[in-house]
Amino acid sequence: MAPLALNVRADFPVLAGDIAYLDSGATSQKPEAVLAAMDSYYRESNANVHRGVYGLARDATELFEGARARIAEFAGGDTDLTIFTRNATEAINLVAYAWGREHVGAGDEVLITEMEHHSNIVPWQMLCQEVGAKLRYLSVSEDGTLSLDELDSVLAEGRVKLVALTHVSNVLGTLNPVAEVAARAHAAGALVLVDGAQAVPQLPVDVVETGADFYAWTGHKALGPTGIGVLHGRREILEAMRPFMGGGDMIGRVDFDTSTWNELPFKFEAGTSPIAEAVGLGAAIDYLRGIGMDNVRAHERDITAYTLDRLAELDWVKVFGPLDVERRGGAVSFAVEGAHPHDIAEICDRHGVCIRAGHHCAQPLMRAIGVNATARASFHVYNSREDIDRLVAALEDVHAIFGS
Amino acid sequence: MDELYRDYILDHYKEPRNFGELDPHDLEWHDHNPLCGDELGVHIVVADGKVADLRFHGTGCAISQAAASIASEELIGMPVEEVGGLSADWVFELLGIDISPTRRKCALLNLKVMRGATTGDASWPEVAAS
Repeated sequence: MAPLALNVRADFPVLAGDIAYLDSGATSQKPEAVLAAMDSYYRESNANVHRGVYGLARDATELFEGARARIAEFAGGDTDLTIFTRNATEAINLVAYAWGREHVGAGDEVLITEMEHHSNIVPWQMLCQEVGAKLRYLSVSEDGTLSLDELDSVLAEGRVKLVALTHVSNVLGTLNPVAEVAARAHAAGALVLVDGAQAVPQLPVDVVETGADFYAWTGHKALGPTGIGVLHGRREILEAMRPFMGGGDMIGRVDFDTSTWNELPFKFEAGTSPIAEAVGLGAAIDYLRGIGMDNVRAHERDITAYTLDRLAELDWVKVFGPLDVERRGGAVSFAVEGAHPHDIAEICDRHGVCIRAGHHCAQPLMRAIGVNATARASFHVYNSREDIDRLVAALEDVHAIFGS
Repeated sequence: MDELYRDYILDHYKEPRNFGELDPHDLEWHDHNPLCGDELGVHIVVADGKVADLRFHGTGCAISQAAASIASEELIGMPVEEVGGLSADWVFELLGIDISPTRRKCALLNLKVMRGATTGDASWPEVAAS
């Protein structure tokens, strides 16, 4: 198959240097359009939003709320059900605090999976410890997938209040069947939270079609800036929820002893919002829509398939996760015989190849697949097959040093 | 020759000295590197106030394993009370290679574990300002 190149590398200033950046699963690079939008916001339109009656404040509010509307449309959610947070972690914590502490109690269960990032584990551990609930894990099979039968059998016990799972694994690349999980969870009376941090950047995602009651993602992995994440929620659930944090902008009226809450989404956005970051994320999704998310996904699949093919040529490399590119996203974790992931990453660095080594904030998954750490290459629109060829050349060097 | 992965580093990594367990033992400690999840433990037998024998166990990168292996040869026979006073530089000099800031904890995990076993101090060895 001919390579599917998007030829957009020149749009990313950081990539002007001679590097193969293969760590987009940790954070993506930012196109010039994002940097320009944030720069121009600060230079031409900076004011606080929602309050000022002067022209500059109106401009800032329009830019901020305009970004929210486009981001909501991009992800298939309603604008007023699209809440800005600091990142995906904060979005999940928002649900754990504002929904979890009202609806999960002693004897209840929260069901997550062994392939979760710490951000979708620790908030639930904290909640369960606090309220006396039980945290349970769906296991990950040898091929890096979840079992719907196991899900059914846990749900059938009738104690699960929430199923929280990742849409795409940051380690294995596994693309989980979230809509099927949601349908089964709902039939059992449980709500569903989906961690879309790795999915929204690389797949066409419609949060309503996923069936999730809560869908969390982050801007900086989707070509946007750090400091902004998004939580989409179901209207009746968000309306019934208490606020997460208290402060300015989230109130209706404040008296000496009590307050009333602002309408959605502002009820969940205490304090001055990440305005420039929202503008930047708006520019990022405009950029992604310009390419087309179907094309982004097709490119991701092409690079992933090429990577799996090249790594399969090396009999001293072991790949973790699904091998079928239809069932996975663009993150490939692997091991090199005799070499620790840190040493692999160090030698790759000498070749100008940026990969991740470690536990990827997924220590329970590391234990489940029987390793302490993996090396991981992850991709985005600016990557090409040449980057993968450089990775393979670097791995040949690793093998030369560490092979027996 | 590679600046970091020198022959003796790779030799100690591939065939580490004094690795395994010792039972019975007088002192033990277990710790991990939070950055990568690597783990290292030690068992120590004490006689006449000295480290009479020791064994490291765990998994880690070439730097952490080689550091533990090379250090173990120096540590056997050392008075126990001297172990707590060993510095990060002692490890770096033993390794004889330039350790970048991102790999320092790899090199120092073994000293952290040895100090924990002999003094109960669970802090990371301090690196002198350069």
